[in-house]
Amino acid sequence: MSSKTARRIGSKLLFYIPLALTLILVLVPFLWAISTSLKRESDIMSPVIHYLPQPITFANYISVWNENSFSQYFLNSVLVSVMSVVVITLLSVMNGYAMSRFKFKGKSAFMLILLATQMMPVILFVIPLFLIFKNLGLINTPYSLVLFYIVLQVPFNTILMQGFISSTPKEIDEAGMVDGAGRFRIIMTIIAPIVLPGIVATSAFAFIGVWNEFLVAFSFITTPDRFTIPIGLKFMIGEFSVQYASLAAGSIIGLIPPVLLFMYIQRYLVEGLGGAVKG
Amino acid sequence: MEITRQPGNGNLALSTLRKRKRKKGEAWVPYLLIAPTVLLIAGILIFPIFRVFDLSVQSYDFTRLQDAGYIGLENFRHIFTQDDLFYSTLVTTLKWVFSEVALQLVFGLIVALLLNQSFRLRGLVRSLVLVPWAVSGVLTTMLWSLMFNQHIGIINDILLKLGIIHEKIAWLANPGTVFGSVVFAELWRGIPFFAITLLAALQTIPHEVYESCEVDGAGKLKKLFHITLPYLKESIIFATLLRAIWEFNSIDMIFTMTNGGPMDMTTTLPIYMMKTSILEGNYGYGSALGVVTFLFLMIFVILYLKLNRAGGMQDE
Repeated sequence: MSSKTARRIGSKLLFYIPLALTLILVLVPFLWAISTSLKRESDIMSPVIHYLPQPITFANYISVWNENSFSQYFLNSVLVSVMSVVVITLLSVMNGYAMSRFKFKGKSAFMLILLATQMMPVILFVIPLFLIFKNLGLINTPYSLVLFYIVLQVPFNTILMQGFISSTPKEIDEAGMVDGAGRFRIIMTIIAPIVLPGIVATSAFAFIGVWNEFLVAFSFITTPDRFTIPIGLKFMIGEFSVQYASLAAGSIIGLIPPVLLFMYIQRYLVEGLGGAVKG
Repeated sequence: MEITRQPGNGNLALSTLRKRKRKKGEAWVPYLLIAPTVLLIAGILIFPIFRVFDLSVQSYDFTRLQDAGYIGLENFRHIFTQDDLFYSTLVTTLKWVFSEVALQLVFGLIVALLLNQSFRLRGLVRSLVLVPWAVSGVLTTMLWSLMFNQHIGIINDILLKLGIIHEKIAWLANPGTVFGSVVFAELWRGIPFFAITLLAALQTIPHEVYESCEVDGAGKLKKLFHITLPYLKESIIFATLLRAIWEFNSIDMIFTMTNGGPMDMTTTLPIYMMKTSILEGNYGYGSALGVVTFLFLMIFVILYLKLNRAGGMQDE
């Protein structure tokens, strides 16, 4: 009896200790950045390290937002992300519908191309596209980023969307057709509302990808007034005298949109991937 | 044409005719739906690939444009016979890919198994544990740079207090610690990524399989090795290969954390490509490096497709 209880406690510990360790390892970098961002710059550089800010100050957030033109970077990121996500979502729904409702010649070739795009090094495309976009006058415009982001994100979102649409019964399409609706109207007025959670999840997924993208933006954007957040931060850390508190504040600002979205879509994402894995 | 527009109220012949007409007329629909994507992929991805191959046999350097022109395989000869940096970056890349993928697989599996249990506040804990997935390479760099910093970082402080180290270490400037430090930071966001994929796969395992196994009196380890892992096999292979490709190509983290330094110790092949072409303007040589990388990755891709097909056949 007592050895049985001991074993039960043992197995509980075997579960909760690794879980607690994981949580700590995940959360400490966030907490340290938050704590640093709320300290005064002079307190950070003191030889004795304080784990909590004393006193708490929001000055870093205000200064990074105003002085380091972070507001501009934030606006640029929002602009590029929203433009990209709208198109990505639309195309993914169209592709997902085609893939889940029709058998057509070239379907598996299309799928293969979608998968292949996920395996190529982005830098490989950046070199020729830089030269092409330069000739077209697109370098240092948000459109160069939007175009590239669409192509980078649509394939995976299509695969996710296909999973969501496949899980809706085909009969509702047929019912729509009996009422005389064309395929495009069926997609927009019948399918889209049903798979709305899936659409929200995939667009949030695309948003996170676009918001975080570094390499393309670093290569195609050449003047600070067009920087997105990752590029702005990269140049902040590149400067000789790093203002750590401002840097931490900037990072926290950049983190908020993707982290909040992730918390929201996390459940759908696991479901959607589960569907994709099952095929 | 007019017939299809009429409301079909009970006229059997009319409605079958309409159906047949629709079927025939619908052959175009899927092509119309995927056309924009196909056009974009062709223009933005496929055409440039050819351009890379074309550039790779040219001398095309922004700083020496007077020498521009086709030079045959000269770039490739230089890469394989004279470029020591190429070999060292290749080794660094392989070390990077191997350590990331192996560690992410092991720890990702552990985290996925933990999060698949039922416990109080599971939803919240899941969100928190998986959240680094949403954090970009650059932001991961920022968070970890604050932690690794020699003077203001928490890592030195904790290790000093625990008596593990006796003086502060400059983790990202010290040749002995820089690689490990970057690997560790990348694991922080890579493990959740892996865990999400495996968690998704875990949820597709039917409960009944475990229940019947429990009736037979199987222990936890037995269940893990005889049910869970075999069930996960395909997802593990899928995730491992995709991650290998992804880590092979990843630039943002290492580049923003160390700039490839110190002494090129953390320069991987893609970073070398980026520095050569985008930063130094040597598009010809950079493209040749790209072609070599492309051929390397083809090995992964072919492997992936082979395994994928094998897995697909098992299903049918």
